[in-house]
Order: sequence, then structure tokens, then C-alpha cells
Amino acid sequence: MSRKSIPILKQLLHQSTTRRFSHAPPRAVTLIPGDGVGPLVTESVEQVMKSLKAPVYFERYDEVQGDMKCIPEEVIDSIKKNKVCLKGGLRTPVGGGVSSLNVQMRKELDLYASIVHCVSFPGLPTRHEDVDIVVIRENTEGEYAGLEHEVVPGVVESLKVITKYCSQRIAKFAFEYADVNKRKKVTAVHKANIMKLADGLFLESCREVATKYPEIQYEEIIVDNCCMQLVSKPEQFDVMVTPNLYGNLIANTAAGLAGGTGFMPGGNVGTDQAVFEQGASAGNVGNEKILKLKKANPVALLLSSAMMLRHLEFPSFADRLETAVRRVIAEGKFRTKDVGGDSTTQEVVDAVIAALD
Amino acid sequence: MAKRTLPLLKRLLRSNLHSLTPTRSVTYMPRPGDGTPRAVTLIPGDGIGPLVTGAVEQVMDAMHAPIYFERYEVHGDMKSVPPEVMESIRKNKVCLKGGLRTPVGGGVSSLNMQLRKELDLYASLVHCFNLKGLPTRHENVDIVVIRENTEGEYSGLEHEVVPGVVESLKVMTKFCSERIAKYAFEYAYLNNRKVVSAVHKANIMKLADGLFLESCREVASKYPGIKYNEIIVDNCCMQLVSKPEQFDVMVTPNLYGNLVANTAAGIAGGTGVMPGGNVGADHAVFEQGASAGNVGNEKILQQKKANPVALFLSSAMMLRHLQFPSFADRLETAVKRVIASGQYMTKDLGGNCTTQEITDAVLANLD
Repeated sequence: MSRKSIPILKQLLHQSTTRRFSHAPPRAVTLIPGDGVGPLVTESVEQVMKSLKAPVYFERYDEVQGDMKCIPEEVIDSIKKNKVCLKGGLRTPVGGGVSSLNVQMRKELDLYASIVHCVSFPGLPTRHEDVDIVVIRENTEGEYAGLEHEVVPGVVESLKVITKYCSQRIAKFAFEYADVNKRKKVTAVHKANIMKLADGLFLESCREVATKYPEIQYEEIIVDNCCMQLVSKPEQFDVMVTPNLYGNLIANTAAGLAGGTGFMPGGNVGTDQAVFEQGASAGNVGNEKILKLKKANPVALLLSSAMMLRHLEFPSFADRLETAVRRVIAEGKFRTKDVGGDSTTQEVVDAVIAALD
Repeated sequence: MAKRTLPLLKRLLRSNLHSLTPTRSVTYMPRPGDGTPRAVTLIPGDGIGPLVTGAVEQVMDAMHAPIYFERYEVHGDMKSVPPEVMESIRKNKVCLKGGLRTPVGGGVSSLNMQLRKELDLYASLVHCFNLKGLPTRHENVDIVVIRENTEGEYSGLEHEVVPGVVESLKVMTKFCSERIAKYAFEYAYLNNRKVVSAVHKANIMKLADGLFLESCREVASKYPGIKYNEIIVDNCCMQLVSKPEQFDVMVTPNLYGNLVANTAAGIAGGTGVMPGGNVGADHAVFEQGASAGNVGNEKILQQKKANPVALFLSSAMMLRHLQFPSFADRLETAVKRVIASGQYMTKDLGGNCTTQEITDAVLANLD
């Protein structure tokens, strides 16, 4: 009996270590490096993907810059073909003139949900503990519709449009997300005591969808009280669903509580396409000094690319990448400037590659 | 020599114990007749409002402050503020109020907002600072948020275009942006503040917030001694929770100001302790700084455990506004002493005292 068991054991061990991923054909992913620190951090992701031997290959479009009038046709076509995109930040010029390319992309591809996952990392000291908040924000309408005009010189009107259609689909997305990820509570953030019709419509849609998910707790909170609760007791929040502007501010506040926008992954999701980028503050492309010293924080984009790998249904690669990044953060030896350390982007990336197994 | 050192030492030690009392008496020289009692309109409001305004009345009585209150009952579900109340405020020019609960959803519009619009109280001020004895996660917080109060996103101009589509107008005017910027810089100048930060989202809302920024820049050029910078609102929220000590005075449009003020109040100790008020060219209304529409819940009302500190400090601001600075100093010192002792904390600060216990402690600490 034992004479036969040895070859069987050998076969079993051989299988587990030399499993081929030939059943996973490599997927094409559009890559937009962007402005400022964008190229630096997207290059880090490319390096890590190569070491992982992940079944993705990137189609780079370096020429997209924040001050272009609109995204080139070929880039949009590529994203429509590949269905997945990874991008660095696109710097939006302040003041009149060019409209934001980040927002344009989300509207053209109808990426109606923006997800930011703010979670505390062991080893990263913050003032607040046990933060684990997912902010799901409506991405296409609301206050950022960009519909402004000057009525008479000195008076500007800006339109905030809320529709039942968009509110319903973002509420559905939020509850679906909570259901699939085994989350217990969904909180709707609003200011319906002042903006009765607009945020009232948003709340109605959330309430309707909530009745279809009886096991998930549903709450509503006024946005100014929410900000205060976030900074005093962040552990009470789980999944938050919000319209466009409040979501922007809440996502950034929650990201700051959990360690900073340099660490939080996120992405924009629509029915057909998904674009992954740094979670909160995606328009922040760093300043000159960080760019020259090459000390940008790549963690957010690395974790977002792990989310992308899960989206492409390669969960084991995503797990390996996340474990390696968490190990590097927990050790605390390689930290970039925004969290008080002094490492360069390359040092952090090398540490992550070394921690991969 | 040794005989004299002992009484000297005793005097020194005694003065060190009362470290919060100013050892030099400050002389304010009044005009003849300044001590005549001033009338102040008092609106107790809803929920915990009557409880905390009652506390303020007790303290004002004990101090023999030269003010007397004209009380008016106003509730959040009325259609509009009664005309006699408005008359009274216009006559007295100063009002102290508790919160008015605004019903959520369609129907009645917010009375807090109506009051601000009718009296044109265009600047809302919230002073968020760390109090000694109140432990918070953030140190060195001393932020004043000056927020435009009349226009912007809260103009209340909404309509349903077709069923299922609602449009809400955000109106920004050069006139309002200029006067709030002027007020912010004047405030910084008179109170010896060093930095004014304008909070905006002009990369997305280019015309609207762009107009606001232009006005701020124009006014900034007239105050070369005060540093001026601009920060995008989402970056601002993140900086507030990681490095709040970099902010001094912040001037913002209506909606961002609401959120930034509440966030700053939260990091400095909670909305139950931050003073604030709404001021216009002719009138001023003082109330709890941030979240003035929050009138507590049933449980706190029944147990009478509402936090009166915010309204105490706001009434001290009111006394200064009425030019009774020494009464304001006495009230503030007493309140700060009570909080520093750490024994009298209401539920929102982690303790278990009732409103009356804190009021009694403040009365005992008045000198």
C-alpha cells in the first residue's frame, strides 16, 4: 500500500505547486497614467502585476492629460471594448474653461456608482480605530451636473438635478453591494429638511429599495449630523449611500479618518464598464515636490488594482496582492511622506514585490 | 527675612491655585448710561430648547447682567415666524434662541432659515476650539468657520420638472460673496487671526464657486497683513480630520460651511459645546453654534440631560456683542472652570449629569 501512496502523494504535491493558469486567458485593461503623480503610481502597479504574473495586460494611453478639452475617441473605444480601466488622477484646472475630465469620463461611460472603501490598517496609527466604511456615491447627477450660467453679471445659477431613475439605481446598487458583501447596515445621507423635494426624492427611492432587503438594517441621517458622528464615533457606520456632493465630502472625511486618501481604494462602476482609481480625491495629483522626489503613495492604486482583479474574477491574485500590501503596511518600515515616513514610491513597491508569495 | 517669606509664599501659592482667573484686573471704560439694562428677545424653541434657555436665564439672573429677556413661544412646525416676534427682534436688535425643529420632507420650510433670511443675517459664525478638561482625539483645534447664510444651495428654490425629476437651484451672487468675504477678513483683523482659508469646489462648479473665489481674492488684497489661501472642499475635509491645527478662519459658501462647521465642531468636542451665532448688518441672533436644528431626542428631554454649554458660551458672545465684556469674561471663566474640573459632563460628553447640575456648578463658580 505504501509503495503506491508515494507516487500519488508526489502527484498531488506536484499539482498544487505547478497549477497552470492556462484556463484564464489574459484580459486587456486600458491604462491611463494621467497627470502629476499618476504615471509614477500606475507604473508601480504595472511592476507589481508583472511580478504576480497576473493574467492582465495593459493598453496604455499616455496622452490623456487633465487640460485636454475632452477624452480622445480611441480611449473611450478602448474602454468600451475592454470594459475595465485603471487610471491615475487627471488634474482639473480651477476656474472657468475646461470641464473636468474625470467627471466627463464618468458621464460618458455612465459609471453611476462610485465606491470608496475606507478601512483602518493594522500598523498604521490613526486617531480613530475600527473604521470600516464603504461610501457609495451617485456619480452622474446631483450638484456636479455642471449646469451653470450667469443670469446677469454678478449672479450665477447652478442647477442640482435629482431624478428618480438615478436615485433608484444607486440605492439598488448600494443594497446589492451590502447583500453580496455581507454588510449589516445601509445609511442614507441627506439634507431633506432643507432641500425637501430634491433629497426627499432620493430618500423615497432608498426607502423603497430598503423594503426589498429586510435583513439589512436601513437608517437615514442628516448630512451635518453625519459629519459630526463620523469624527466622533465612526464605528457606527457601515455602508453609506449618498448623492453626489455629500458623497464626495463624506468619502474624503472617512478616508482621512482611516489613514488618508493615499491608502483608500475605490472605483467607479456602471452597468457595462468599470474604472478603478485612487478611492477618494481622485483629482488630487500631488504637487511638484512629491513628483520630483518620487515619493508618491502607491498603496491606494495597488489596492484598487486588487479590486480590479476581483472584478475580473481573479480572486486569488487579488488576495495575494492585498496580503502583501497589508504586510508591508503592518511592518511600518516603508512609509511615504503623507503618513510621516520618508520612503520613495519605488521602495514601497519593492517591499510589496518582496512580500508577494 | 524668613519671617516675610512665609506670607509671600502663601500669597503666591494661593494665586497659582486659581490659575484660570486673570491676575490683572482689566478695566473697560464705559460711557455714562451703558449700564442700563438691554432687552433681548428670547425664543426657547422646541425639544431641549426651553431647558437650555432656562439655564441661561438662571445664570444671567445670578450674574445680575444688565439684560432682560422678552420671551416668545415659537415652534418648528409653525408656518412662519409670528410678526410680533420679528418686531421684537427688530426693536431689540439681539436675540437668543434655542433650536427650532425642522420637519423632514415636503411641507413646512425651515423656520431657522426663514429667520435668517428675513433679518438678512448673512454671516453664520461657529467657533470650534478645544476645551481644557474635555478629552478629544485632536489637539490644538481653534477654528472659526464663517459661512454665508442666505444664498447658495439652501435657497429653497426647488421644483419638480416632470414626475421623477427634481431641479434645485444654487444661486451665487457677487454681492453676497463680497460681503461675506469682507466680514471674514474684518473678523480676522479685529480678532488678531493670522490665516483666512476659502473653501470651494471651483474645479467642478467653475462659475458658481469661481465667483465666490474672485470675491475672496479681491477682499484679500485689501488686508495684506492676513494670509489668504484656498482649499478644495474634499481635500479640506480630509485635512480637517488629519491636521486641524493648520486652519484658523475659514470662509465658505452655505452648504460647505454647514458640513465643515459640523466636522470642526465634532473634532473639537461635539456640537454641544461650540458657541456661535448669526449676524447681519442690523441684527444678531445667538444660538448653539453648529447643528442648530438639532433639538435632541425624547430621552434626553425627559431626563433633562441636555448640554447647556454651547448656549452658555453663545450668550457670553452675546454679552460681548452688547458691549458688556466683563460679564462675558466672568461667564466664560466659570464655564471653562466647570469643564476643566471634569466632574460635570452631560451624556454627549461621556458623563451623566443633568442640565440643572451643570447650571448649578456654573453658578457656584461665578465670582
